[in-house]
Amino acid sequence: MNPLRKLLDSIEPKVRNNKFAHTVYDGLETFLFQPNTTTSVGTHIKDGMDLKRTMVHVVIALQLCYVLGTYNIGHQHYLALGMYSGLFEGFFLKLMYGLLQLLPIFVVVHLVGLGIEFFFAARKGHSIEEGFLVSGALIPLIMPPDIPLWMVGMATGFAVLIAKEAFGGTGMNILNIALVSRVFVFFAYPGEISGDICWVSYDYNIFHQIFGIEAHTLAFHGWDKLPAKVNEIMVDGFSGATPLALAASGGWEAVQSATLPNGDQQYSIANLLFGILPGSIGETSKVFVIAGAGLMIAAGIASWRIMLSFVLGAAFAGILMNVLHVTAFPDSAFIGVPWYHQFLIGSLLFAMAFMATDPVTAASTNQGKLIYGFMIGVLGMIIRVLNPAYPEGWMLAILFMNIFAPLIDYYVLKSNINRRLSRVA
Amino acid sequence: MSDNSGIKHFTKFIFSLLPSFSKSYLLIIFTGFPFMAFSQSGGGFNLQSVVILLLAATMVLVVFLFFVFGDHLIKDSARVAGYGNKANTFGVLPNKEEVSNIIHHKHAGANKVHKLEKGFDVKIKGKAAKVIEHYDPATYAVKPYDFKGLQPIPKMSVEVGTEVKAGDKLFYDKNYPDIFFTAPVSGEIAEIRRGDKRAIEEIVILSDKRKEFKQFPKLDITTAPRSEIVSLLAESGAWSSFIERPFGLVAKLERVPKSIHISTFDTSPLAPDYAFIMKDRGTHFKKGVEVLKRLTDGKVHINLNAKKKPLPFYSEIKDIQLNWFEGKHPAGLPGIQIHHTDPIDKGDTVWTISPMDTAVIGKLFSEGIYDPERIVAVAGPQVNTPKYYKTYLSANLSGLMSSVKKEGTRFISGNVLTGKQVDPEKGHVGYYDHLISCIKEGDFYELFGWLIPSYPRPSASVTFPWTLFPFEEFDVNTNTHGEERAFVVTGEYEAVLPMDIYPVHLLKAILSRDFDQMEGLGIYEVIEEDFAICEFVCTSKQPAMAILRDGLNYMKEQS
Repeated sequence: MNPLRKLLDSIEPKVRNNKFAHTVYDGLETFLFQPNTTTSVGTHIKDGMDLKRTMVHVVIALQLCYVLGTYNIGHQHYLALGMYSGLFEGFFLKLMYGLLQLLPIFVVVHLVGLGIEFFFAARKGHSIEEGFLVSGALIPLIMPPDIPLWMVGMATGFAVLIAKEAFGGTGMNILNIALVSRVFVFFAYPGEISGDICWVSYDYNIFHQIFGIEAHTLAFHGWDKLPAKVNEIMVDGFSGATPLALAASGGWEAVQSATLPNGDQQYSIANLLFGILPGSIGETSKVFVIAGAGLMIAAGIASWRIMLSFVLGAAFAGILMNVLHVTAFPDSAFIGVPWYHQFLIGSLLFAMAFMATDPVTAASTNQGKLIYGFMIGVLGMIIRVLNPAYPEGWMLAILFMNIFAPLIDYYVLKSNINRRLSRVA
Repeated sequence: MSDNSGIKHFTKFIFSLLPSFSKSYLLIIFTGFPFMAFSQSGGGFNLQSVVILLLAATMVLVVFLFFVFGDHLIKDSARVAGYGNKANTFGVLPNKEEVSNIIHHKHAGANKVHKLEKGFDVKIKGKAAKVIEHYDPATYAVKPYDFKGLQPIPKMSVEVGTEVKAGDKLFYDKNYPDIFFTAPVSGEIAEIRRGDKRAIEEIVILSDKRKEFKQFPKLDITTAPRSEIVSLLAESGAWSSFIERPFGLVAKLERVPKSIHISTFDTSPLAPDYAFIMKDRGTHFKKGVEVLKRLTDGKVHINLNAKKKPLPFYSEIKDIQLNWFEGKHPAGLPGIQIHHTDPIDKGDTVWTISPMDTAVIGKLFSEGIYDPERIVAVAGPQVNTPKYYKTYLSANLSGLMSSVKKEGTRFISGNVLTGKQVDPEKGHVGYYDHLISCIKEGDFYELFGWLIPSYPRPSASVTFPWTLFPFEEFDVNTNTHGEERAFVVTGEYEAVLPMDIYPVHLLKAILSRDFDQMEGLGIYEVIEEDFAICEFVCTSKQPAMAILRDGLNYMKEQS
């Protein structure tokens, strides 16, 4: 017999009487071993697929975004400081900086989220459900890199408690949990998640100090800067303005003409595609998001219907904007950004691949999914381009359509019912 | 007609081989060819290899053009010779229609084929070989639980020790005293086995091996009034082979269905080949269909598999409707077939019956005896020599199990999706079953089974590597492969259920007891077996069939 199995079997009697301990044990056990339960009612055999496997495929699809996000945090940081401005210069330093910035966020998200999840599972006497596997992987990716850890913790706690557990746990939520955590930060601490300053990581946390990364920077710029104030040693001429902010003020030309202090073009098409730009941690890379989306579609995990109609909706709205630019508002720069370039800026594709496709909060009928995706595409583009208050539209558009998804399903079902009724008449 | 039939046969043969290759193998051959050419010329992409490739491609093209040209010449001369439209059937190459017929095994001719794109075939090792062995066990047993819609404690007409002939009344339900449930063989009542709350589980008959039949009057189908036909069926015990929809219960005597459906093929896992079972029972089947015609105001539908050559007698019957179906499981279920040909609306009644039971009815009317002969397949990965056994209804299992591994095996009367677990010694084959499935019990732990599965298992999800090989058969077990969860994944049931129904929403309407929604979403059109494949693929491991039965019972109480 497997020694790991033996160990688990020896632990089981000790935790049997403690509800919380047993829930934790059960969570660990089912993570390590697929349980030995056999079918009792209904079909005698069951498909090899289960929710854990489904969820883990989403997490796998996110891995490229994680890798690039980690590196990009470091790269943008050193760009701001005027150090190692080549993409692969100081490779390990940038990776290390990014990792030490990202890991605490990741750990806090999971401590808070899983803690609440375990607590509620124990209270309800349920086994721990896998929903947080994906939410927990998504939340760090959509946060600004410099976000304070307590804020991430609050946001995660709010999202899991209010958006999920209050509705009954995994599979019962109405709003996308990851987006609720972001919307919490967005409305509760707008200063941390808007403007030009928040999208590049400037700070050094305790881990950076322990690993000597701060010391390295100070040695580079001179020890007289002690204690470190990164804003003071920031190189002149660096702007953390995202392509989205630039496009909002000056159109596509502004995006293309942005330069780094050393004179290089900041947002070349390649940089936009691969995501070498300031932004939320994991949503910047279009190529890797598309790779993840492709994996999920190939694995049959995420709905291609939502993704396709999302893109069509965004393209439709984008073209409409371009037409408006020519006919009605020639002065407004953002409206004039060519619709295909709208796909290169902001988090459009990330929202399409990982946020809109959440099966629990999206429309559940196949026709409904098409309508749902299209509406998000249109609405998100309207919020992004026409609304001066919010810099990006997808978060709000998706949350808005989450609420409308049951209504869409209602009408799709209604048409099915009417089809059946018309047969009798 | 023409002397090119030899060539045509040859090309037909070549094309008939095609489907046995999977697409992926063909792909490998085609992509492998250029690589082979490269490697022969030294492994690099040099001019020589390109030239060789081009030459090869040109040669293939020239040969192809040669054939096409010859083909046209023959067709043209046929046209000149005055064959008119028929000229297209001449020629060296098979024409478009013929190719599609060969590739798709289309036997429907010009008839409409209901092509069902959705569905999922669960491929399991150990299909029964087409060998029949005779089997006459010591005991046979009728199980009241097999019949849906009866009270748990039926009224007994016999007691232990009573001598019965095949066709003698055993018991009846107090709500339907005119429907008799009768003995399948002659012998002595050996035991009336009771279960929980004194419900009767089995009425065991010790067979006397003499095969004495109770003699029923031989009715003339064409002249006898319907009521006499009905009462003969009800008295003989053949009546209970009619399943009534909606609700999937034993048919009511007083009802006149709008149609009767016979599915002549089974697509479920390890399914017995109905064409093999039925091949010698054509006369009785035809007679049986004549009886069915008298029972309904509408048509008798015989539903055929467009991918297999049907038994000849199906198309010989007059005044019936033949429907052709093509698709994966559950295309063979009558519920799916009815949905596509003759949907059930509120207030409708439709009956279904198996072709085997139709033949039993045919024999009852032509010879006056109730002779429920059965051919039962014993199949599954746990069986060493899976094959068919010729026996009678409700035969005891013990003698069938000689070639089955007993340790850690689950024995199922019926298929692995909808069957019932039975005891390999004391158990008996179920009333509606033609299959005993023997599969492994899955009561073991699997380290990281959800992430890195350690052995192949059937799945509708393409995240498993072996789904690349579409013809792989699996050694299945009864492990649930995960725990029960709330519904999360959407569109999964819809992808395997070829019906215009939203199964998950129907189940949710049942759970919330929303009467109108259940009715609107088509609960009358489905019974448990239709949802079995949904329950199989369910990521959340929800008991779809149990929920549906709950809803059906609720609807029945309300109506």
